[in-house]
Amino acid sequence: MDINVLITYIPLYNEALLLTFKIGMLGILTAFAIGLSGAAAVYFKVPVVKKILEIYIELFRNTPLLVQLFFIYFALPKLGIRIDAETCGVLGLGLIGGAYMIETLRSGFESIDKVQSESALSLGMTRRQMFGSIILPQAFSVSMPGIMANVIFLLKETSVFSTISLMDLMFTAKDLIGMYAKTIECLFLLVVYYLIMLLPISVLGSFIERRVRYAQFGD
Amino acid sequence: MSEKDIEQAEMLVEVKNLHKEFNGNVILGDINLSVKKGEVVVVIGPSGCGKSTFLRCLNGLEKIQGGTIAVDGLYVEPDKKDITKIRQKIGMVFQSYELFPHKTVLDNVILAPVMVQKRDKKDATKEALELLEKVGLADKKDYYPRQLSGGQKQRVAIVRALLMHPEVLLFDEVTAALDPEMVHEVLQTMLELAKSGSTMIIVTHEMAFAKAVADRVVFFDGGEIVEESSDVKNFFENPSTERAKRFLKTFAYE
Amino acid sequence: MHNLGIDVLFKGTNMIRLLKGLWVSVEISLIAVLISIVLGLVMGILMTSKSKVIRFILRVYLEVVRIMPQMVLLFIVYFGTTRVFGLNISAEASAIIVFVFWGTAEMGDLVRGSIKSIPKIQYDSAYALGMDKIQVYTAIILPQTIRRLIPLSINLVTRMIKTTSLVMMIGIVEVLKVAQQIIEANRKASPNAAFGVFAVVFLLYFVVCRTISGFAVKLEKRWT
Repeated sequence: MDINVLITYIPLYNEALLLTFKIGMLGILTAFAIGLSGAAAVYFKVPVVKKILEIYIELFRNTPLLVQLFFIYFALPKLGIRIDAETCGVLGLGLIGGAYMIETLRSGFESIDKVQSESALSLGMTRRQMFGSIILPQAFSVSMPGIMANVIFLLKETSVFSTISLMDLMFTAKDLIGMYAKTIECLFLLVVYYLIMLLPISVLGSFIERRVRYAQFGD
Repeated sequence: MSEKDIEQAEMLVEVKNLHKEFNGNVILGDINLSVKKGEVVVVIGPSGCGKSTFLRCLNGLEKIQGGTIAVDGLYVEPDKKDITKIRQKIGMVFQSYELFPHKTVLDNVILAPVMVQKRDKKDATKEALELLEKVGLADKKDYYPRQLSGGQKQRVAIVRALLMHPEVLLFDEVTAALDPEMVHEVLQTMLELAKSGSTMIIVTHEMAFAKAVADRVVFFDGGEIVEESSDVKNFFENPSTERAKRFLKTFAYE
Repeated sequence: MHNLGIDVLFKGTNMIRLLKGLWVSVEISLIAVLISIVLGLVMGILMTSKSKVIRFILRVYLEVVRIMPQMVLLFIVYFGTTRVFGLNISAEASAIIVFVFWGTAEMGDLVRGSIKSIPKIQYDSAYALGMDKIQVYTAIILPQTIRRLIPLSINLVTRMIKTTSLVMMIGIVEVLKVAQQIIEANRKASPNAAFGVFAVVFLLYFVVCRTISGFAVKLEKRWT
C-alpha cells in the first residue's frame, strides 16, 4: 500500500463522506418524519390514509432502494417530474426509510398496554394529550433499538447513490479505481470511511439497546 | 449395564452427606436420606429451602460438592459416562411440564423409550396408549402440547416418565403451576401410582395431599433436613421441632 | 401505452430477457441462502459455545458484516482479491461469496437467538429421560429452533433478492442491467421506455419479494 497515494486521495474521500453523510442524514430525518406521522395515522386508524399507508409500506419494503432510485431518477422525468440527484437521494432514502420507520414505531405503539391509554383518558386527557404525553414517550423508548437499526440500515443503503451519479464514497472509490487502478488503496479508504461513518452509530445503537433492555421501567 | 457401585444395596435411593453450594453459598448441607423400594416420601418446606435442588441432584442435573447419591446401587454423578443409564431408572416430572412442543402427545411419551432404550416402537406405542387411557387422555394422543390444558399436560408428563419403567419417580411441585380445578386430576393420578406400589419422592405444597399420600414426611428448611417422620398424621398435628411448627402454622393461615 | 414506453417490453424477446435477468437474481440468492443456512447452523451453535475466544471472534465477524454495506463487500471481493491474491474470481462467484459471508453471519445470529430462547429446563427434562447430549440436540433442541428459523430465513431470502440489485455494479447482467440495455437499445424508437421498463422492474421485484415474505408470515402465524 502506498502512503502517498492514500494522502492524495484523502481530500476526495473527505468530500465524498460529507456528501454521503449529508444526504444520509436528510434522508433519515425525512424517513423519521414519515414514520412518526404515518405510525400516528395508523394508531388513530385514520380511514383512507391507513389503507394508503399499508400499500406504501408493502411497496417500499418489498423492493430494493436501487430500483426505487432508478424509478425516481430515470422514469419520473418521462412524466415531466424532474428531480436533481441529491434530492432524489434524500427522497429515495426517506421513502424506503419511512416505510420501515412506520412499522417500527407502530409496533412500539402497539406494545403499550391498552389500559395505559384508558387510564389517561379516564384522567380527563384528550386523545391528543394522551397520545403525546403517555403513549408516545413510552412507545419511543420501546422502539429505540429498532429505530437505531433502521438508521444503520439506511446509512448503509446510501452506498447505492453512486448509481445515480452522486459523488458519494462508492462513486469516488469506483472512479479512482477505474482511473488510476490503485485498487487496494481505494478499497482500504472505502472501508475506513464507512467505518468512520457507521462505527460510532453502531456503538451508540448497541448502547441504547442495552439501556432499553436492562433499564426499562425496572424490569 | 454397569457393575453396581454398592453391592447389595438395601435402599433404592441412598443419599449420604450430600453437600451442594453455588457461588460460595451453601444450598444443601449434609443431607442424609434413604428411600426403600415402594416407599412414598414427601418433601415439604418453605420456598427456597433447597428441596427442588435436592430433587435435581438426585438425577444428576446438578453437580454436588460433597457426599454421595446412589440409586439402585449406582452412584449418580453428572459427568459420569453412564449417567444416561442411571437417569433411565429415575423418572422426573417438572413443575412446568416441559413437554416437547414440537411433538404430539404420543410422540412425546414414546420418544425416549424408542430412542434411548431402543424399545420396539409398536410395543412402546401400545403401552403408551394403555397408560394414556388410564389417565383419561387416550383421545388426545395426536394433539400438540399447546392444545392441552395444564392438568392434561402434567398427566402426559407423568405418563412420559412412567413409560421409561423407572425405579423411582421424582415430582417437583407438579401442581404449583396449575389452576386449582386441575390440581385434583393430577393428584388423583399420583395417588393411584402410590397405591400401585411405585417408589416416589414428592416435593409439594399441597398439605392435604401430602398427608394422604406419604409413607414418610421430610421437612426441609435452610438447606437441611430439620425433621423426618414416618408417623405422618402425628407430624402434621404435632411436629416435634419449632421450625416445622412455624412452617405448618403459616400454612394453616394461608 | 406508447407514451409510457411499456410497449417496448412486448417487442421481440424483451420481456423474456427481463424475466431471465430476474431469475439470475433469484438464483444467486437461493444458492447463497442454502449455503448460509448450513454454515449458519454451525455458526449459531458455536456462538453458544462456552469458549470466550470463539464467541468473541464470531461476535467481531457479525459486527463487521452488520456495519459494512454489501456493496463495499462486493467491491472488496470482486476488485480486491484480484489485486491482492491475483485470483480472478468471476462476478457471479464474488456475489455468492459476499452473500454467503453476510448470510452466514445473519443466520448464525438467528440460530444463536433461537437456541438461547429454549428454556434450560427443556434440556433438563430431556436429560432426565436419559438422553445423551447428541440426542438432546438432534431430537429436542434443533427441531424446535428450526421451526422458529424457517420464517426468519425466508425473510433473509427476500433481503438477499433485494440486495442482488447491487450486483449489476460488478457487471452481472441481472434484471436491472437488462432493463438498462433494453432502454438503451430503444432510445430512438421509444424515448419514454425508461418509465415503462423501470416501472415493470419495480413491480417484478415487488411481486417476487411480497410473495415470499407473505409465505413467511403465514408460516410464522401457523407455527407460533
